[in-house]
Amino acid sequence: MPNLKDLKNRIESVKNTRKITKAMQMVAAAKLRRAQDAAEASRPYSERFNSVLASLTASVGSSDSAPLLLRGTGKQDVHLLIVMTAERGLCGGFNSNIAKLARSHAAKLKEDGKQLKIVTVGKKGRDALKRDLGEYFIEHVDLSEFKSIKYVNAQAIAKALLARFDDSEYDVATIFYSKFVNVVTQIPTAQQIIPAIFDDQSLASDQIVYDYEPDEETILADLLPRGVATQIFAALLENGASEQGARMSAMDNATRNAGDMIDKLTIEFNRSRQAVITNELIEIISGAEAL
Amino acid sequence: MSSTMQFDLVSPERRLASVDVSAVLIPGADGDLTAMPGHAPVITNLRPGILKVEAPSGNKDYVVTGGFAEIGEGLSVLAERALPLDELSQDAFDEILEEAKSMYKRVEVDFQNQPGPVDDAAKLLSDMVAMGEQIGLNANK
Repeated sequence: MPNLKDLKNRIESVKNTRKITKAMQMVAAAKLRRAQDAAEASRPYSERFNSVLASLTASVGSSDSAPLLLRGTGKQDVHLLIVMTAERGLCGGFNSNIAKLARSHAAKLKEDGKQLKIVTVGKKGRDALKRDLGEYFIEHVDLSEFKSIKYVNAQAIAKALLARFDDSEYDVATIFYSKFVNVVTQIPTAQQIIPAIFDDQSLASDQIVYDYEPDEETILADLLPRGVATQIFAALLENGASEQGARMSAMDNATRNAGDMIDKLTIEFNRSRQAVITNELIEIISGAEAL
Repeated sequence: MSSTMQFDLVSPERRLASVDVSAVLIPGADGDLTAMPGHAPVITNLRPGILKVEAPSGNKDYVVTGGFAEIGEGLSVLAERALPLDELSQDAFDEILEEAKSMYKRVEVDFQNQPGPVDDAAKLLSDMVAMGEQIGLNANK
């Protein structure tokens, strides 16, 4: 039987753990609200952007003069994977789910004989993929010093990606991030950003026919790089919200588990204490009887 | 025809304005244009400049640094960076000017024998300076 002192210490330590996880949960909840607000605030921009881009694409799209960002390099040989994860852990399966998706994607590409390159955003994803795919890493983006994600962060990432694209370092770029559905559900998602793909749903049939100034191709050439930044920004924000959501539910679970553990330990503690008392009583009584 | 139209000004980070307006002066890439209700549908690039909004609820000016405007039934301006004019401080202006300058320098090195990109960057820079002068901020620090 564990002695009473040890039990007491354990209960104390679990109680402390519970305090910490509870605090983390509340912090995550507050941050989640902010992250969700940020994601929501960026939505009008990206929605408009995509619908304009889609209608432009529809009118210029298939022609030979379309920018490379849109029609691709004509090859599919070198794939760039941009894996976006959190800078911190303790958020349940958030980081590992994204890493898992990226890993299976990478395995499939390798099987098809494609060349791989990987850019990691966020420390945790880098750590998770280092062992299997470390040889393909070409760049790491550290966002740990930024308290909140700003558009300039996305712009910087996009700029680096576009520079590599201009140097024809890769043909296809895909981003990996987690889509935020609600606090308990985040969906790891892979999205191809170069060459750009637009779903045609945003192309309503009653499209207005626009005049373009200066002309369609100039605008498209100007917009596509911005589109990359916009998509990365949206993904970063989704990721931010997902991370906090995942952390919140993970910490909620941890707090509850700690509570259960305290209950169990307390019962055990009380039992042992009672056993000690009973033992002492027996000793006293049998001692008295022996007289 | 109604005398106002819906006007949205959004940047990637937030929605700055969503009001009914009677006219908006847009700093288009090929020159300024004024959008009023019933304007033909146009999509145009923006150059850095000042967006003047005339609305029944009051006029307001915004500084934009690039992006595009979509004139359809209403007007949407999607600006890379946008600020109400009275919020633009000398510091913020210096910052975006510095960005344009460094880009110009970089482009000059990267595309030495191609006039296109260098000219673009030079134009961007001069647009910024012109915008500063228009507001009364000092560009030569």
